Amino acid sequence: MNQIVSSLLEAFQYQFIIKALIVGSMIALSSSVLGIFLVLKKFSMIGDGLAHVSFATVALALLLNSSPLLVSIPVVILASFLILKLNEKADLHGDAAIGLVSSFSVAFGVLLASVSSGFNVDLFSYLFGSILVISDLDLVLSIILSIVVIVGLFLFYNALVAVAHDEEFAGVIGIDVKLMNRIIAILTSITIVLGIRVVGTMLISSMIIFPTVTALQLSKSFKQTIALSISVSVFCVVTGVLLSFVLNLPSGATIVILNAICFAIFFGIKKIGGRG
Amino acid sequence: MESNIVLRVKDLSMRYGRNEVLTNVNFEVEKGDYIGIVGPNGSGKTTLIKGLLGLLPCAEGEIEYMEKEKGIQHFGYLPQKILVNDRLFPARVSEIVGIGLIGTKAFPKFIQKEDKEKIERILDRLSILHLKNKRLGDLSGGQQQRVLLARAMVNEPRLLILDEPTSALDPKVREDFYQLIAELNQKEGMTILLVSHDIGSIGKYTKKMMYLDKELVFFGDYERFCKSSDMTAYFGHAAQHQFCWRHTDESDCK
Repeated sequence: MNQIVSSLLEAFQYQFIIKALIVGSMIALSSSVLGIFLVLKKFSMIGDGLAHVSFATVALALLLNSSPLLVSIPVVILASFLILKLNEKADLHGDAAIGLVSSFSVAFGVLLASVSSGFNVDLFSYLFGSILVISDLDLVLSIILSIVVIVGLFLFYNALVAVAHDEEFAGVIGIDVKLMNRIIAILTSITIVLGIRVVGTMLISSMIIFPTVTALQLSKSFKQTIALSISVSVFCVVTGVLLSFVLNLPSGATIVILNAICFAIFFGIKKIGGRG
Repeated sequence: MESNIVLRVKDLSMRYGRNEVLTNVNFEVEKGDYIGIVGPNGSGKTTLIKGLLGLLPCAEGEIEYMEKEKGIQHFGYLPQKILVNDRLFPARVSEIVGIGLIGTKAFPKFIQKEDKEKIERILDRLSILHLKNKRLGDLSGGQQQRVLLARAMVNEPRLLILDEPTSALDPKVREDFYQLIAELNQKEGMTILLVSHDIGSIGKYTKKMMYLDKELVFFGDYERFCKSSDMTAYFGHAAQHQFCWRHTDESDCK
């Protein structure tokens, strides 16, 4: 026990752990809030799709020797618009649209990687996340992002809820449905690009889906869902980062497993005593 | 009489893709009307509603809501389907009804104290105030439909547009629902457009009928609908008689 406490205390002496905790919590907050709207609109896999796109953009950035963040954010935002567009215009279902964009990007990323130097350590760290490589730019951007997400949510709350609940009705009463979808898409893109530093492209979609689905098991109102989802998400990231340090485990995977455990607990409570 | 007109549709044609679905439709809706819109499948009923709601553009002609003031809700809309994701959607009844208020609000569309009172008033009026804090997904089909009706009415629209509102309800609940709509029309003068397959059961309540079949075949008072020889030609005598059964005692429609 003492050993665990002392290694926990030790953790706080490392700057990369502090950074990981801050960036992780900010990503957790943004992704769990956005996740609610994505899950309810049956767009959960958009996170997965955009994560694959960001894999390609990271490969591109490494090839061009430029900063992955600066290349990834605009390209991933464009990809999210493409997914929305395909969904609106081409009569594709959302999931199929995401499938197209996502597999194309992975193929493109793999080709880029093989043209440059193959799968080197850098690229690998983006696949599964690595809290050792979180930069000061990541730190600043993730703080700004979560402020933007929270302020955006506050200002557009009712319109976003309306669009999530019933797009047709929202359109009828004069809400700009496309604009709301774009706002969600932009914020999600930025969250994903920042989030892959922590949990990696393979696992980032779980940060979007898990907290919301967990919260939905027990929540009774929309605001309650937001509060529960944020709490679960931040708890899992903080605990996951510390646990992975103490037990020497990969942090991304630890965070996801904790999310899965939380889901199982909430699901169990619902089945036993809750709304059944 | 001009001021009594809520909605005017003039020379309206609408297309769906390349097909012209509605041709040259003209009609006016007056305050206090209760109009039943009927017609066979593919006759353009839903297309007309989409046009009125602004979801589809007019190919030709115009749809004009007569009141031009800013910040008024021209229409309230109750959709046909009960949304599948409503079962999972984590919102209280009051939150869902509140959505009906934000269309005419300026940015940021916050729900204020007086909005909460409006929500309670409409829930009370539709006898579902006790459901206020329930989750939408935990309600029965009929209750959900009333909640969506409250959402359509909460912003005091000038016109209520209902698109096959009862197709997902069982017969008893359906009848209750039609009673409620009729009461809103008779007691409060609410103007109503109701699309339905089910001419027989709406005929009991509507004041006017509109029969669409790619064009406006008939529009006028319910009694004229029953006597119309055009309509007899469409339905056959027996079927027309059946729609008009509410009048059998008064021997108008025999």
